[in-house]
Amino acid sequence: MSSSTASVRPVRDQEAAPARAARRGTTRRSSSAGGRPGAGRNVLAHAFLVILIVYFLLPLWWLIVASTKDSHGLFSGTGGALWFDKTFALFDNVKQLFTYNGGIYWRWLGNSFLYALTGGVGATVLAVLAGYGFAKFAFRGRRISLALLLGSVMVPLTALVIPTFLLMAQFHLIDTVWSVILPSLLSPFGVYLMQVYATDAVPTELLDAARVDGAGELRTFVQVALPLLRPAVVTVLLLSVVATWNNYFLPLTVLSSEKLYPVTVGIGQWQSLANSNGATDTPLFPLIVVGSLISIIPLVVSFLLLQRYWQGGLSVGSLK
Amino acid sequence: MSTTIRVRTTSAGTARVRTGRSGRRQWIGWLFIAPFGIVFLAFLVAPLAYAFGLSLFTQKLATGTSFDGLANYAQAFTDPLFLGGVAFVLLFSVVLIPVQMAVSLAAALVLDSLTTRLANFSRLMIFVPYAVPAVIGALMWGFLYSPQFGPLTDLFSVFHQTAPNILSSRNVFGGLINVVNWQWAGYYMIIIYAALRGIDSSIYEAAEIDGANSWQIAIRVKVPMVASALVLILVFALIGTFQFFTEPKILTAASNGAITPSFTPNIYAYTQAFSYTQFNYASALSFALGAVVFIAVYIFLFATRKKGRIL
Repeated sequence: MSSSTASVRPVRDQEAAPARAARRGTTRRSSSAGGRPGAGRNVLAHAFLVILIVYFLLPLWWLIVASTKDSHGLFSGTGGALWFDKTFALFDNVKQLFTYNGGIYWRWLGNSFLYALTGGVGATVLAVLAGYGFAKFAFRGRRISLALLLGSVMVPLTALVIPTFLLMAQFHLIDTVWSVILPSLLSPFGVYLMQVYATDAVPTELLDAARVDGAGELRTFVQVALPLLRPAVVTVLLLSVVATWNNYFLPLTVLSSEKLYPVTVGIGQWQSLANSNGATDTPLFPLIVVGSLISIIPLVVSFLLLQRYWQGGLSVGSLK
Repeated sequence: MSTTIRVRTTSAGTARVRTGRSGRRQWIGWLFIAPFGIVFLAFLVAPLAYAFGLSLFTQKLATGTSFDGLANYAQAFTDPLFLGGVAFVLLFSVVLIPVQMAVSLAAALVLDSLTTRLANFSRLMIFVPYAVPAVIGALMWGFLYSPQFGPLTDLFSVFHQTAPNILSSRNVFGGLINVVNWQWAGYYMIIIYAALRGIDSSIYEAAEIDGANSWQIAIRVKVPMVASALVLILVFALIGTFQFFTEPKILTAASNGAITPSFTPNIYAYTQAFSYTQFNYASALSFALGAVVFIAVYIFLFATRKKGRIL
């Protein structure tokens, strides 16, 4: 949301939002600083927030603590479930991840990166192109295609998993990386978001001006339209990378070779293995815990670092 | 299946588009859409068509595979296991959605009214679970629920009580509500929060002059103004709950049979396909689930169309 682009297009709701929010923030601050009654309410509001923070961080805190325990400490540690045990086994646990089953865990993590990046980036590219096409071109069949697109937003994508599996089995695509990547390219909601955003954010006059100046369609798209679409591109990229990274049902269904699993399916398999063994001190539990912790670090850290980008972007869908 | 249903297109969509002057422009529009169009045909239309085709056949040990019309659908809609799963997700969404909406709306309203450092920090922390895969979320809560690993045994022993088993068939419903609420409330909160930030503050000033207190402003001004965001969330939650799969699947192993192979429609379809190799019946179940959700969401959007337009 750069200010340079704001001058060439009509100001949209969310474009102006930060400025408005800032204005509002200052007026509020000045009015409440004058010792108005309301301090009590603020304490209450902050107490509410603290409760929420505790609730939302509790499992993550448990995960961090538990990943430092060996299997004995997990079951009967000295500090209870929510505090550290007297033996600190974090590094041992990580070391075991490298040796257990030939270090297959790291392969799963690599697969997750591969699927999320190719699937997520691919889905975003397709969504940007199609959304722009729908928003800025008139062609025969546009109305019916848009209706079809909007209808497909309402189809639950997991209802497609078993049908997709059966269809891909006919083409011998099952149990290959393509069986995860190709279906992940489908993001009707991404196209819908893009179409809604491009309709308002890219003025048709600007495109016409570029064309009059002799720019080809591809150049017009890349140099004129794409920069204006940036907030929506970030949003769609984020949504589709997260969706692919977190996906479980699709890879569980289409993959049977352990070495192709993404980390979600791999850890899920460890979990059911550890539980079905029945033994209360199976050595798998510490691996499950430390593996879970490592697997969530990349996305959580990127979200925290990139907050400037996604906080504005996620509103694209809701303000329409 | 969606071709027969006409969906309203966005009002702004058609108005802004210039009518094509030449055949060349027509062709270029299609070119931009083609890559997505191919994926759409290959991974949405084709699987649905193929599954529908398969669902018209039945598989029997004695006679092999034979064409049987809608027999699989007749079976599905009288199959107590499938209907049980549907009833479960219906009940689940009826309980989950109000809880989730209340948590995310309350959090968003509080965050919108504060500009402190703690507010900024908590906004991030509430959102963090969105970045955690559902598999890991379910797994962590599963450990926390566990009488062996979790803090519940210690907590209850302080009061000389035995900790309840949350993954027993009596309590698993609430246990799953908590997992899903934890996972998604932050994401919904961000959507509502962004919508709240988009409201012009002069409206609040006007309401203040009219004598409204901040509570009244929140309920009577802010909530109605973010109605479209709330409808969007409702639709997300509705579609999400009907496809419920990952969390119960992950917790199955630890639940001692409380989570059955027909717990939700998706789990049931998965069981039919991969435990019993009933691919024809599983296709019918998937197709029926997709159709039911599509129709339910369509009706819902039609009913709420006047309050907030999202599609």
